[in-house]
Amino acid sequence: MKNNYDIVVVGGGPGGSMAALHSAKGGANVCLLEKTRDIGYPVRCGEAMGEWAIKQFFEPKQSWIAADIKRSRIVAPNGIPIDIPFNKEQAYVLNRRVFDYDLSLMASKEGADVFTKCYVKSIDRNDENGYDVHLDYLGEHKSIKTKLIIGADGIESRIGRWAGIKTQINMRDMESCIQYSVGNIEVDSNRIDMYVGDNWAPGGYLWVFPKGDGAANIGLGIGSKYNRKKSAKKYLDEFIENKYPEATIHTTMCGGVPCSKPMAHPICDNVMLVGDAAHFINPITGGGIAAAMKSGMFAGQVGSEAIIANDYSQNFLKKYISLCQKDFTKRHEKIYKVKETITKLTDDEMNQMALKINELPPHKITLGKVFTTAIMKKPSLIIDVMKMFAGF
Amino acid sequence: MINIKEYRCDFCTACVTVCPPDCIEVREASIKIDNDTCIDCNLCTYVCPIEVLSPDEE
Repeated sequence: MKNNYDIVVVGGGPGGSMAALHSAKGGANVCLLEKTRDIGYPVRCGEAMGEWAIKQFFEPKQSWIAADIKRSRIVAPNGIPIDIPFNKEQAYVLNRRVFDYDLSLMASKEGADVFTKCYVKSIDRNDENGYDVHLDYLGEHKSIKTKLIIGADGIESRIGRWAGIKTQINMRDMESCIQYSVGNIEVDSNRIDMYVGDNWAPGGYLWVFPKGDGAANIGLGIGSKYNRKKSAKKYLDEFIENKYPEATIHTTMCGGVPCSKPMAHPICDNVMLVGDAAHFINPITGGGIAAAMKSGMFAGQVGSEAIIANDYSQNFLKKYISLCQKDFTKRHEKIYKVKETITKLTDDEMNQMALKINELPPHKITLGKVFTTAIMKKPSLIIDVMKMFAGF
Repeated sequence: MINIKEYRCDFCTACVTVCPPDCIEVREASIKIDNDTCIDCNLCTYVCPIEVLSPDEE
């Protein structure tokens, strides 16, 4: 580990690896710091991602993919399923352990230095127009001088907080999530299931994402105001007991997902935030891999340009914000509005919708149709919803 | 004061995210709350998905 880097990327998820990869590609001297011993583990994710979303970056490797998804099922509160085949679009359930690890390998191939078990304890402005990053690496204190920090440190986003960016999330938008990786169940290995309604997951949804060979990720997210009364874990245990009593639990993972609007200003002098750290998450699906990778890529590109220009001011870095806006943040803001409408639907309304939709001939049932029915009162939202689901 | 069931914790940092005074530190497999800066708002207990954190009733 050197004492000096042009760019320090904090966090080794997909956002961090993409940021390191593109910083190095742009000619910057960059290191990637991961606090745990393993890149890719522990997984805190349902692991689903749209095919087109992944293909924006790479041709997917077979080892990244646990299951090919060709259809989805939404289960209404009263148990009525709506089956929706995907037409052209397809999705994957990934093996994030392999995927994240491979992305970090790609970053190192491009020239980034990668360190694990490397915990950033604080950051300090230095008198050379940059930051000193203080860290604990394998139990030893170290300091690195840098010009730019890219915070890819996930929802906790301490880098942003230390740098003076407002990162705290309104409790209203916080989802408490838990997921089990289970085995020994019978599921359609090409279909993802989503359960909605207050019984399964109030203020959120429950998912069953197959991972092949009788395995699946079963998880849920509920609004934190519900979690306060009855924990996410209790909801999930009840579901497993009712629906998949034979399931064996091989991994338990949990986390918080900020289903908020994207951060309007995820930068300040010498600092950019990417991915979850910048609240770049689809506020309805809770999906964040694609936005993390995209923002990581943009941050790496703008960061390496900043190094060449020798300008790390907020004014230079704001190019990063406009790149994100064009690509996904504007869409996320619209989705947030849709979310506010959808969360107002009662269980009864959702049940009625399910009945209506199931009267349609099967080939006419699309995700778009489901949501057209959901938001009939606000037709202008239909297009946004369809766009959103095309992007997963 | 917040009680921590450390062996139940998954170190997911949901609590860190909502903590107003930033007094929770989560590392690879450890969680610590700085009681000097904790303001007893209990937000961390509301958000924890697996009931690791609870208010100290004493």
